[in-house]
Amino acid sequence: MALKVTDLRVYYRTLRGEVKALDGVTFSVADGEIMGLAGESGSGKSTLAKSLIRLDGRMRHAGGTVELDGEAMPLSDDDAMDEFRFRKVSLIPQYSMSALNPTRKIGKMVGELLESRGERPDRAELERRLELVGLSKDVLDRYPIELSGGMKQRVVMVISTLLNPSLLIADEVTSALDVSSQKAVATTLLGFRDRGLVTSMMVVTHDISLVYQIADTIMVMYAGRLAEKAPADVLVNAPRHPYTMQLISALPEVGVRYEDRRLTGIPGNPPSLLKPPGGCRFRDRCPLAFDRCAEQPPFAEVAPGHFVACWKAE
Amino acid sequence: MMLKLDGVSKVYRVGAFGGRELKAVSDVSFEVGEGEVVSLIGESGSGKSTLGRMILRLASISGGTITLDGRDITTIKDRKEYYRQVQGVFQDPFSCYNPVFRADRVFAMIKEQYFPRVGADEWRKRVEGALESVRLDPGDVLGKYPHQLSGGQLQRMLIARAVLLDIRLLVADEIISMLDASTRIDVLNLLADLRARGLGILFVTHDLSLGNYVSDRTVVLRSGKVVEMGGTDLVFGGPAHPYTRSLLASVPRLHAKWADAPDDDAPCAYHQAPPESRTRPGLAEVEDGHWVACAGCAAPGTEEKKIKENA
Repeated sequence: MALKVTDLRVYYRTLRGEVKALDGVTFSVADGEIMGLAGESGSGKSTLAKSLIRLDGRMRHAGGTVELDGEAMPLSDDDAMDEFRFRKVSLIPQYSMSALNPTRKIGKMVGELLESRGERPDRAELERRLELVGLSKDVLDRYPIELSGGMKQRVVMVISTLLNPSLLIADEVTSALDVSSQKAVATTLLGFRDRGLVTSMMVVTHDISLVYQIADTIMVMYAGRLAEKAPADVLVNAPRHPYTMQLISALPEVGVRYEDRRLTGIPGNPPSLLKPPGGCRFRDRCPLAFDRCAEQPPFAEVAPGHFVACWKAE
Repeated sequence: MMLKLDGVSKVYRVGAFGGRELKAVSDVSFEVGEGEVVSLIGESGSGKSTLGRMILRLASISGGTITLDGRDITTIKDRKEYYRQVQGVFQDPFSCYNPVFRADRVFAMIKEQYFPRVGADEWRKRVEGALESVRLDPGDVLGKYPHQLSGGQLQRMLIARAVLLDIRLLVADEIISMLDASTRIDVLNLLADLRARGLGILFVTHDLSLGNYVSDRTVVLRSGKVVEMGGTDLVFGGPAHPYTRSLLASVPRLHAKWADAPDDDAPCAYHQAPPESRTRPGLAEVEDGHWVACAGCAAPGTEEKKIKENA
C-alpha cells in the first residue's frame, strides 16, 4: 500500500467554532493506482488533498493517521513534514500559473528549489522530463511571463514530479483549461504513472467524466465523509451509494438532449459542517432514507475494492 | 427573427499605445428567434463573451450591425428601454451580490429603476411569481444574505430578476460553469422552461455537453470566426468541420473513454460543396440548415504539405 489513511479528521478553526471539513476518513491507495477524488464544493476533497501536504494556520489535525510506504506522516508537525514534501508527496496546485517565481528564469528557479532540498540539479534529466511533456529545453532560459498558461502548467507538472514522489496529488489541475488542453494534461498525468515517475496518484476534481478517463478507481466524498470508492467503471456504471447514483444521473452528456430525456438535479443542500447532523449526512436529500440512517453507516466493502457508506448498499 | 447579427466584428486596440489591433470577432452573423435557445460554443479567446457583451451593449460594435426586431440596437437611445427587453446573466453569481445587503436587494433595485409606480403588494406578488417561475420557494430565499444561499439559488435569483422585466432575450454567459453538478442541471432545465414561455436565449458556453443538452441551434466559434453552425442535432450528429470534430473527440464522456484521435483527412466540406450552396459569407450550406466554414485547406503551406505527402 502506497498510502493508508485511517480515521483522518481535519477541522478548520473559525470564530463560530470548528468546521469539521474532514470528519473521519479511512481509505488506501495501492502502488500504481490512480485514484480520482470527486466531490462538490464543501465536500472536503481539497481539505484532504491539502492536509497530506501542509496544514495551514486555520487547519487542525484533530485525529487519525496517515501512512505512506509504511512510514507515518507527522501531519501536525510542519517542520518534520519537510522530509516528505516534494520527495515523497508532491502537489500540482490548482493555479499553477501563479506557482512560479516571476523574478527568476525557470531554469534558475528549479536549480534553487533543488538546492534548498539538498539535491543536485541534473540538467540532462530535467531536459528529458520537459521533452516528455512536450516542452523544449529553451523554456529553462525564459521567465514565467514569457510562457502561455498551458506551458506554465506543464512546467509545474515537471517540477512537482522531478524527485519521483511516491504520491502525486493533482488538485483540480484541469478545471481552468479548455477541453483540448484538458485532454493533453490528463494524458500527461497518466504518462507520469506509466513511466514510473510517480508511484500513485490522487486526482482531485469536480468533474467525474474527466477523471473517469484516466483513473483506475474513483472515490466520492460528501460533506466531509467518504460516500463510495470503487473501480472507475463500476462507480460510473453501477454505483451503489444513492448520492453517487443521483450525481451521475444529473450529468448531461454529449448526445443527451432535453427533449429526449430531462435530467434532474439533487434537491436540497449539503448540511453545514459547523454543527453537522448525526448519522448519515446525505439523509435529508436521500430518497431511500429510513430510520436506521440516524446512525452513521460504516464505509464497508460490499464487493472486492468497492466500498460504500450506506445501509441500503449491503 | 428577433435578434439578428449581421457581419459583426470587434477590434480591440492592444499594445503600449494601442498601436496594434486585435480582431476578437470577425464577420459573425447568426440569428436568435423567439422561443429558441442558441448555444454559442467556443474555447477561451474565441470571442464568445465579446459577442455576448456587444449584444448587451456593454462593448461597442466595431463593424456590422446587431438588430432587435429589425431595429439597430445602437440607435435605441434609451438604454432602459433596451434593457427591458434584453438582459444578461453571468458566470459568477457570488460577485453579482453585495455581501453587505440581503440578496433580494437585486429585486428592489429593479423596482426603483423600472417600476417606481407599482404598489408594494403588487410588487411582492410579482417577485414571488418570478421566483416561482425559476423554481425557488420565496420563503426560502427572501430576506436572506448572499452567503446563506447556494450558488444555484443565487444564479436562479438573477434569472428571476431578469424575468421580472418581462424580457424577450436572455444572454446567459457561462451561467452554470461555477455551479455544482447536482444543481447545475436544474438551472439548465430552467432555461428550457423559459424557452417554452417564448423567451429567446443565447447560451454562451465552452462545455459542449451542456450546449448539446439544451439548445435548438448551435454556433461554433474559433478565433472570432464562425466555423460551423446549424441545428444542434445536425452539428453534433454530423460535424462537418475538423475543429468541431476535434472538440467533440476531446469532451470527456461518462460511458466511453477517450480514443486516440483518428487522423482527420476528410476533405474540406466547404470546398466540396457546390458554389451555389455558399449562402452566407464564408459559409457553405452542406445540408438544410447546417453551415460550415472552410477547414483551412487554402491556408499557406498546406498545399505544399499535401504535395510532399503524396510524393
